[in-house]
Amino acid sequence: MSTVVSTGLPLTRSTATTATVRHRRRAPRPARLVLHTFLMLTCLVWLLPLLWAAYTSLRPYDETARNGYVSIAKTLTLDNYRHALSRGHLLHHFLNTMIIVVPALVLTLFLASMVAFVVARFSFKGNLALLMLFTAGNLLPAQVIITPLYRLYKSVPLPLVMSDSGTLFDSFWGIILIHIAFQTGFCTFVLSNYMKTLPQELTEAARVDGASAWRQYWQITMPLCRAPLAALATLEFTWIYNDFFWALVLMVTGDKRPITSSLNNLQGQFFTDNNLVAAGSLMVALPTVFVYFLLQKQFIGGLTLGATKG
Amino acid sequence: MSVAAPIPAVSRSGAPVKAARRRRGGSRRFSRKDRNILLVMAGIPTLIHVSLVWLPSLLSVLLSFTRWNGIGGLGTIKPVGLDNYHQITTIYPPFWPAVQHNLIWLGVFMFLATPMGLLLAILLDKEIRGSRFYQSAIYLPVVLSLALVGFIWQLIYSSDQGLINNLFGSHVDWFGDQKVNLWAVLVAASWRHVGYIMVLYLAGLKGVDPTLREAAAIDGASEMQTFRSVIFPALRPVNVVVLVVTVIESLRAFDLVYIVNRGSNGLELLSVLVTNNIIGEASRIGFGSALAVILLLISLSFIVVYLLQTFRKEATG
Repeated sequence: MSTVVSTGLPLTRSTATTATVRHRRRAPRPARLVLHTFLMLTCLVWLLPLLWAAYTSLRPYDETARNGYVSIAKTLTLDNYRHALSRGHLLHHFLNTMIIVVPALVLTLFLASMVAFVVARFSFKGNLALLMLFTAGNLLPAQVIITPLYRLYKSVPLPLVMSDSGTLFDSFWGIILIHIAFQTGFCTFVLSNYMKTLPQELTEAARVDGASAWRQYWQITMPLCRAPLAALATLEFTWIYNDFFWALVLMVTGDKRPITSSLNNLQGQFFTDNNLVAAGSLMVALPTVFVYFLLQKQFIGGLTLGATKG
Repeated sequence: MSVAAPIPAVSRSGAPVKAARRRRGGSRRFSRKDRNILLVMAGIPTLIHVSLVWLPSLLSVLLSFTRWNGIGGLGTIKPVGLDNYHQITTIYPPFWPAVQHNLIWLGVFMFLATPMGLLLAILLDKEIRGSRFYQSAIYLPVVLSLALVGFIWQLIYSSDQGLINNLFGSHVDWFGDQKVNLWAVLVAASWRHVGYIMVLYLAGLKGVDPTLREAAAIDGASEMQTFRSVIFPALRPVNVVVLVVTVIESLRAFDLVYIVNRGSNGLELLSVLVTNNIIGEASRIGFGSALAVILLLISLSFIVVYLLQTFRKEATG
């Protein structure tokens, strides 16, 4: 049996179904040993920066200043974490991130699934062009559009109740909006691929029974898309959480910036104290690393769903 | 931000699945209500996407032929033809260094990081104990933002507090010295890129028909031969995705150099130059747009390759 492993990618159903029993030649023993040694060393090198960060973050600054960073720790403390939290206002920036991520994520999946449904379940002219438009748009570097977008955001007024800047610029709305615009591209592509593999008979039967297009989408198709939606949700969470550029350029008030963009301000404060940098970095990394380990489970769920139906 | 180029569905034979099934009965009729619903369902997201992504792209192209300081009204926009492009290539000092750095970035990703990802995928695709653990460890950096990668590698590179200089007693300013900082940054960027490529290839390898391997083994092909002439060609769809991901990631590279030193002093990149023209002191809209258009043209040429590969089957099917 080959092991079904999460790939960190939203696989379409048809890819998933291929994960079945495979026969392989087994390599002779000494070769295995070399292989494992190589992989072990690679993993060690790969984990080293994070392990080093963890070690540094637990040591008081005085001690590392006295004995150097490469030394055996005498004291281990969580003080750096406390200081990073309070001096960097990390909780405040985490909150900003959530204000952006949650609506952006939900709306992206909602909008993308609607387009995907129309493109995948009905044969309209222009379906393919629409899909290509979304897919290509998602791949453009952000810097390509930023100059006009910046002007556009500055000139679109918002009521003061929505944004104290009075425009889309420097507001949560603006950041949420650009994430939705960009990320629907990828999600539409993945979801439409998935929906195309669902049996056509399902919606056909519903239609014969007089179900409206909306019901075919919301009550028939969407419940079958839980697996790719879950996979996309975890991925999109990571990407929107990790966004640095949009909030850096389209926001000017440091206080409003989400956590990843706020690293730009923290840089000046923290870079003289590596212990603080280490503690801060690990705290910022924690949510995505946590979601990544959850995501692995989501994927296995998605993969087995695909495999049993294939 | 990550580039997300999804892998096209791969069938067991390695060819993309013909996903669009032939619809039965061409004479499908919708009620007026259904038609309107479908129109709204597809229309609203398209409107958002087009007006915030494609419209600004188009405006970038138009503005690149003009001069505008962005303060005066739209009436103060002056057409200047190709002046901006001419200035960029002749008298704008950071342009050619930025192009060179982008190319080096691409080169390192293409010829070192990506092959490394492929190698790890091949090794981990075998049935070996602990494969899950190995994969998790190598994939882990991919979930971190590039800005954060800059923070974490600061602990290793910093000149007086960093791991390298403390361990070896050296005195190199890894992030500051123009002679080494691009390479130091590229090591950190590759740390993340390798895991991403590995995952793409692992998914691809799972889709390769096992009978292909068996046939090659029966014919007495060595493992190297099997890979070169059987497996790798079967990975074609994934290879295209990897190529596009690698190129686009190299063009998008921004966060890491910006967090290290705002993309100056040896770390200039095209993306940084565009950004500096907006949030810098002097905002030269036309000039910045021309830089963006150069970036757009390079990206689009690779995006088109990707689209052709991905949608070819559906267009003909």
